[in-house]
Amino acid sequence: MVAVPLFQMEGVSKSYGGVRALEKAGLIVEAGRVHAVLGENGAGKSTLIKVMAGVVEPDEGKMLFEGRTVTFASPAAANRAGIACIFQELSLIPHLSVADNISIADPPMRLGMIDHKRQRAIAEEALARAGAEDIHPLAPVKDLPLSRRQMVEIAKALARRPRILILDEATSALTAADVSKVFEVLKRLRSEGLALLYISHRMHEIAELADECTVFRNGRNVATYRAGTKTDAEVVEMMIGREYSHVFPPKPTSVADAKVPVIEVRNLAWTDRLKNISLTARPGEVVGLGGLDGQGQRELLLAMFGVLKGVTGEVLIDGKRVNITSPRMAKGPKIGMALIPEDRKTEGLMLPMTVGENLSFAALDLFSRGGVIDRTAERAAIDRMMQLLSVRAASTAIPVGALSGGNQQKVVIAKWLMVEPRIILLNDPTRGIDVGTKQEMYQLLRRLADSGAAIIFYSTDYDELIGCCDRVVVLYDGAIKRVLVGAEITERALVASALNIATEEGAGLLPVANA
Amino acid sequence: MSDWRYRFSEHKGTLLAVAIFVLMFTIYLVYHPAITSNGFTAKAVTNVVNTAANKGVLLALVAVAQTMVVITSGIDLSVGMIFILCNCLASAIVVGSAWQTALGIAGVLATGLLCGAINGLVVIFGRLQPIVTTIATGAIYFGIALALRPNPDVAADFNGDIGDAMMGKLPLGIPVSIVALLVIVVVIWIPFRRSAIGRTAYAVGSSEVAAFMSGLRIRRAKFVAYTLSGLLSGMGGLYLTFTTASGEASLANGNTYTLYSIAAVVLGGVSLFGGSGSAIGAIFGALAFRAIGDLLFDFNIEPLWQSLFQGIVLLVSVCIGAAQLVRVRNRLDLFG
Repeated sequence: MVAVPLFQMEGVSKSYGGVRALEKAGLIVEAGRVHAVLGENGAGKSTLIKVMAGVVEPDEGKMLFEGRTVTFASPAAANRAGIACIFQELSLIPHLSVADNISIADPPMRLGMIDHKRQRAIAEEALARAGAEDIHPLAPVKDLPLSRRQMVEIAKALARRPRILILDEATSALTAADVSKVFEVLKRLRSEGLALLYISHRMHEIAELADECTVFRNGRNVATYRAGTKTDAEVVEMMIGREYSHVFPPKPTSVADAKVPVIEVRNLAWTDRLKNISLTARPGEVVGLGGLDGQGQRELLLAMFGVLKGVTGEVLIDGKRVNITSPRMAKGPKIGMALIPEDRKTEGLMLPMTVGENLSFAALDLFSRGGVIDRTAERAAIDRMMQLLSVRAASTAIPVGALSGGNQQKVVIAKWLMVEPRIILLNDPTRGIDVGTKQEMYQLLRRLADSGAAIIFYSTDYDELIGCCDRVVVLYDGAIKRVLVGAEITERALVASALNIATEEGAGLLPVANA
Repeated sequence: MSDWRYRFSEHKGTLLAVAIFVLMFTIYLVYHPAITSNGFTAKAVTNVVNTAANKGVLLALVAVAQTMVVITSGIDLSVGMIFILCNCLASAIVVGSAWQTALGIAGVLATGLLCGAINGLVVIFGRLQPIVTTIATGAIYFGIALALRPNPDVAADFNGDIGDAMMGKLPLGIPVSIVALLVIVVVIWIPFRRSAIGRTAYAVGSSEVAAFMSGLRIRRAKFVAYTLSGLLSGMGGLYLTFTTASGEASLANGNTYTLYSIAAVVLGGVSLFGGSGSAIGAIFGALAFRAIGDLLFDFNIEPLWQSLFQGIVLLVSVCIGAAQLVRVRNRLDLFG
């Protein structure tokens, strides 16, 4: 007799308004295994998971749980069947406490009311299981940083004691220390007989964790193989279905040292999050910000963009001291700064408004005459940007929320390029974006630098820092730990300085002093 | 951080409302002519407190009704109209013997409940915005009230005894109305706040998408919130009938209570964006708002100035609540 797999999908299809997201897709999930699902954005991974988690109903096809046909009318139904999902878009309730959130779906009851004592015990246990004991169960979720929220999300899923745990880009917001903790937890869960479905863009995570891998392309599962039997290049080949070469554009051989820095920051400090930070960026330079997530990189970018209050230290633009007090001032013609935000859905885009409207928000001043928008000029500018970034949208009149993640991110960038900034700050712009779009972005960054912009680029992905940056400034606990230039930018050096560990490689280098 | 700091920050809005109330009510008592002229006797003080309580409880009930809906990030512009409808109905059916009276009261409360349930169903299944829905249903409820009582009137055999009892005092001068309010809080609010349904109502107000993704029963929570809101407005209407012994379809009154309920909720630290705040805060917000309005009486200022004065005090108190924003170091937090 052939053993029945824990969960099986056959011939599942789903269309959204004529666009096929899934086409006769299949998947087999076994207990006690980690199954990685790979594919570019738009390959159907998200839809597959949503079908499994009861968020969307498939148009056709069937699902079998331990050999029995099942249908899930809602996320609650999938939960009851034993499928818990950690979504890329967080499902936590901001105003409620961590403990409230962990037991949200099925709180412990006593005399018809929620038993707060037991709820707290459940929360403490679940946080411990997820390796996040440092999070206080009474803290409101909205006050936690992104990486801590992600840990709460994992604890919440574990508290439901699922049989299948789906992790959709669950580590993309985590710090390196958290990732290793989460991996410990996931490996333990696997040995306890859980089935894990793991979706990630990070190849080394998949290599470390997965037993089986399934590659999706254009809504179909194109290959399933045992982990480790294919090289990274082969896998990427299957995912994108085209040659995978030179992800990063070549760097210029000599960095323009002679030029006056377009932006120079001296001894910048803010509360206890930023300490004595000094750095410069010259026209044509791509300066990377490295380090573990949450070491002050985001705050540094916000401070430069005039979002933070009470910042001390000096900011010099073209060698002259300025006091930037708002994003409006920062983007103005005298300074010409743009910030591509971390969270495109809340800080970058107005999701229900059209692609065209979103593109022209930052640049409205440029084509307004006496407060009236010159439609023809706006139209021309929008078309130019759509082409420049090759944004794939049916029309500029559709809501930007209807685009894929990668294309949304392109719109955010295009919106800022319209004001022709001289200083471009980027806050982890490639998070959750497919390989193809990433590649386009790297090339765009280099083109912008070549045309004279100074770029300050924060990324959580070390490969990107190595491949894109002329210099990398590594932050640790709000202060600059090290500056790596040119060939010094290696994964080893980045990781070591991010963890604040001294290495022989770093021994001969000048630290911090003249960044 | 230790537990109590989280608990304090959770209840900050409510505590601020209590503080404003205590301050305003103390000033009100200390300068009240009925007290100053009698030399601060216990009798004089309890009389003044009782009158203030009977007046304050009306707005407090409507404010709790408003809180229910505001928590789900909705707004209910029909609370004042349900209040008026139930007042008119009570003036007609709370009549006769004890049994008949009890039946009449049940009928009034059931009507309030039904009005709230209709609001909830239209919002949930009609997928309409709460503000539009409740403007429309509020107009309907007022229309029915007007049909019931085209002129202010009361049934000939209206049972006034129960009204007198509800407005009286217990030993130690404790107003019956405050005890009644306390019972309502214990029987309705606390179980709601601590039930899975109540938690879901907060979750819906905080982030409806996240609530859905967490597999919560959103519709049920919204329905219960709107229905309880109707019931509480109905209780307010019933209580109004006890105090006035009359039914009057007054549009001005309905609108005033609706708007004041929103003021009380805001003063009570309930976020109009939903997801946070408490009915206890709203109650103190309502009592404080009433005390503010009555202060003018103490100082013998013309009632013409009441609205202006109340408006200014409301603005100032809301500004105090927003004062923490001045300390914000990250301007993005201003929009959270």
